[in-house]
Amino acid sequence: MNTPLRRVALAVMGMIVLLLLNATYIQVVNADTYRSDPRNRRVLLDEYSRQRGEIIAGGLPVASSVETSGQLHFLRRYLDGAMYAPVTGYYSLRYGSGGMENAMDSVLNGSDGRLFVRRLSDLVTGREPSGGSVELTINPAVQRVAYDQLTRRGYTGAVVAIKPSTGEILAMASTPSYDPNQLSSHDGAQQESAWNADTSASRGSPLTNRAVAAIYPPGSTFKLVVTAAALEAGKATPATPLTAAAALQLQGTTTLLHNFADEPCGPGATVTLKTALVRSCNAAFAELAALVGETDLRKQAQLLGIGQQDLAIPIPVTPSTLGAIPDVAALEQSGIGQRDVALTPLQNAVIAATIANGGVRMKPHVVRNILAPDLSVLDRTDPEQVGTAMSRFTADQIRDLMVAAENSYRNDGKIKGVSIAAKTGTAEHGTDPKNTPPHGWYVAFAPADNPQVAIAVLVENGGDRNLEATGGSLAAPIGRAVIGAALQGAR
Amino acid sequence: MVTPVPTQDPGAQPGSVPPTKRGLELIMLAFAAIVVTTALVLVELNQPQGVTRSVLYDGAAYLALFGAAHVAVRWFAPYADPLILPCVALLNGLGLVMIHRLDLADGASAASVGDPVPAGNLPHQIAWTTFGLALFVAVLALVRDHRMLARYGYTCGLVGLAALALPGLLPSAVSEVNGAKIWLRLGGLTIQPGEFAKILIMIFVAAFLVTKRDLFTTAGRKVLGMELPRARDLAPLLAAWGISLGVLVLEKDLGTSLLFFGIVLVLIYVATERAAWLVIGLIFFLGGATVSDMIFKHVQQRVTAWINPFSDYDGAGYQMAQSLFGLGTGGVFGTGLGAGRPDLVPEAHTDFITAAIGEELGFVGLAAVLLTYLLVVMRGMRAALTVRDTFGKLLAAGLAFAIGLEVFIVVGGVTKLIPLTGLTAPFLAYGGSSLLANYILVALLLRISHAARSPAASAAPRKPVAPLAEAHTEMVQRP
Repeated sequence: MNTPLRRVALAVMGMIVLLLLNATYIQVVNADTYRSDPRNRRVLLDEYSRQRGEIIAGGLPVASSVETSGQLHFLRRYLDGAMYAPVTGYYSLRYGSGGMENAMDSVLNGSDGRLFVRRLSDLVTGREPSGGSVELTINPAVQRVAYDQLTRRGYTGAVVAIKPSTGEILAMASTPSYDPNQLSSHDGAQQESAWNADTSASRGSPLTNRAVAAIYPPGSTFKLVVTAAALEAGKATPATPLTAAAALQLQGTTTLLHNFADEPCGPGATVTLKTALVRSCNAAFAELAALVGETDLRKQAQLLGIGQQDLAIPIPVTPSTLGAIPDVAALEQSGIGQRDVALTPLQNAVIAATIANGGVRMKPHVVRNILAPDLSVLDRTDPEQVGTAMSRFTADQIRDLMVAAENSYRNDGKIKGVSIAAKTGTAEHGTDPKNTPPHGWYVAFAPADNPQVAIAVLVENGGDRNLEATGGSLAAPIGRAVIGAALQGAR
Repeated sequence: MVTPVPTQDPGAQPGSVPPTKRGLELIMLAFAAIVVTTALVLVELNQPQGVTRSVLYDGAAYLALFGAAHVAVRWFAPYADPLILPCVALLNGLGLVMIHRLDLADGASAASVGDPVPAGNLPHQIAWTTFGLALFVAVLALVRDHRMLARYGYTCGLVGLAALALPGLLPSAVSEVNGAKIWLRLGGLTIQPGEFAKILIMIFVAAFLVTKRDLFTTAGRKVLGMELPRARDLAPLLAAWGISLGVLVLEKDLGTSLLFFGIVLVLIYVATERAAWLVIGLIFFLGGATVSDMIFKHVQQRVTAWINPFSDYDGAGYQMAQSLFGLGTGGVFGTGLGAGRPDLVPEAHTDFITAAIGEELGFVGLAAVLLTYLLVVMRGMRAALTVRDTFGKLLAAGLAFAIGLEVFIVVGGVTKLIPLTGLTAPFLAYGGSSLLANYILVALLLRISHAARSPAASAAPRKPVAPLAEAHTEMVQRP
């Protein structure tokens, strides 16, 4: 009988070993997954008992924690909540966090390695531990103009403003926005009703940060990428003749691709690339795209950052894409920023900023400094060159084309004495594109000879102008106002 | 790996009296008291009000309680295994600290919303512990020789079966709590008769197997080099299987069902020494499990919540998900006693107390608890190996294995190794019936280990043909 007894004893040992292995898997191997799961309230509850750091823009604490008498010691408050929400994000007991609150969490809650020495001294001196602060590159004046311009007419859209020479993000607005104060409330019912409203599609999904988390067909603003590809590959110059026809039959199909309003691009049979870009002729650019070819177009797009999967500013950015280009007809359609081409407003701003910066692409970022609780600087973000997307010569050529384009647009809110380089876009979308109000785009930088700011403006679904909407009528005035605010600050 | 083999035969050296090792037991108990008191201090340190001197009194009371049990062992079973009681004391003490800790958390969250602070579970659990230790002493005093239990085998079996079946047959109003019909509500008291039935049925099966052992070893046909038992000899196993399924269907209690079947199967295997029984039992188990999963909704729910607790996060998977969050947050070294949030896991003080330990004491703490259980099981197995009589071997093996299997089912469920079944961790978890029954179980285990190690028993296994030199051992029974 002793043999089976020994085997049973071994079996029990085996069972305990299994339990230990499984516990190792959960508590050691997978621990971080469970610990950082947004539904795990432990971490949040723990953080609420500590003073969370501030998020600072232009010297103003736009997110800060105030002490309360409740069980959760600190309440998160936001200054101009809706205006800064796409940047700050939210910090909710029940729904986790978003935006910078999420991306910079380790600094704000004090667990970041850069705060280690500070934590040690807190331990020794018995000082209440608190988190570090994050100073943003956001310029409050520019942010306010961007937000006001979008909300004044009730537009759904986004504005991104970047400093071309550094990649600093000066403004990032997205509308409709939400009030993060509601989500950080200690009242569970208030959190819940705010969350339901902020995620509701019928209210325009306010929680979606349209500047970085949504992609849109870029329409004619994409002609800048096609132009850059053509010039860089040596396949065209600004003087290259392109078709002036009002429509182009897509290769291998009977489908016609029309110019805007079905007008011819010029009186003759051909126009120059310069005229085609200034007048934004679709037929001409479809032809140019076919001339450039898929390989060179993709290469140029990639150099400009399209398709980058892991960009974080440090808020994660949805990758922009050219989509699949199976044949020449698809390439021709993609050449005017339609078909499956889709960019985030941030990506479009990066393209403008790269041209403005002489072809050198800077990494966009929104954190200027990381501060200790006593506001001493622990870490600063140095401007980072991602790469050279095009030669300075090409960049300057495109700049001149963009200046000519801006000068041809309707004089709507232009700033006296400032030379702007710009391109508008009016992108069709949806299942019935001819009867769906288009998205209006405006990408620009200024001053053209010494760029201080590059912007991208997107207004969804025709704004307040329905089917007649264009990028020039919807987005351009907003863009010029934002540029004005940015240049005022820069002077 | 250490296999529990008797290193020496105490009877082999006549003339030298083997040590009782009671001193070791007392030292280990004191050690357990220090560990438990330290744990209590840590809990208090992590509370806003800090530590008070009452902690010391609590520690002293704990030591006194288990000291009394130690004295009873010294008196009634001096040769009993010296490690089992300290291990049990440690687990019980740690359980009390965790329940106290969860009471504090419940009190704090009640206070934060302005509700009156609930009385908490600790006073009950302390009462049950005291009562359990009294039962422990009573069993040691009454059962002077475990072999006498074999005589009541059929009585035990009948009473055990009745106790097991009773809640399932009674109306739900009397027996159902949280979906499981395993309770008896008597006035203000709720007891789980199944916990006691477990022990009674083990006594019956052991006694039954001793008398009918030969029956099971009669060979039937040979299949794949393995001798299968004759079909008619399958009847007892089939009966156990049927009863297990009955428990599952009528009482919706997966855990007890599994535990019961596992114990019977292992006892049959140990008695017959034939692996064929295990294979047959496993087939029965898999068949029963598959069919139950197809037919019964409460089984399906558990399986779904096991495979992916996050698919129904707000529903059936919530408790499991909270447990995993707690364990993950605890990590290797835990958040520290009193510094985590184990109260976020529903039922943390009963079924999920090991999740609370894993969160606050980390993997290290959970491993220590599991190894403490393993030590108890191994010491029990050692008693089974050394004791001379077949009934004692079977009963000790059953009792020890029951603890091991129950721990596996509970902790496996809490850590998502197997589906959650709703048993409680012996000695750790809140619950009177479980505590009382397990103290009876440990008393029996100590009784058998005393028989295994005592020179009197080893020299005279069956018939006390007492040689003169050992005759005086009987005088111990004089009051």
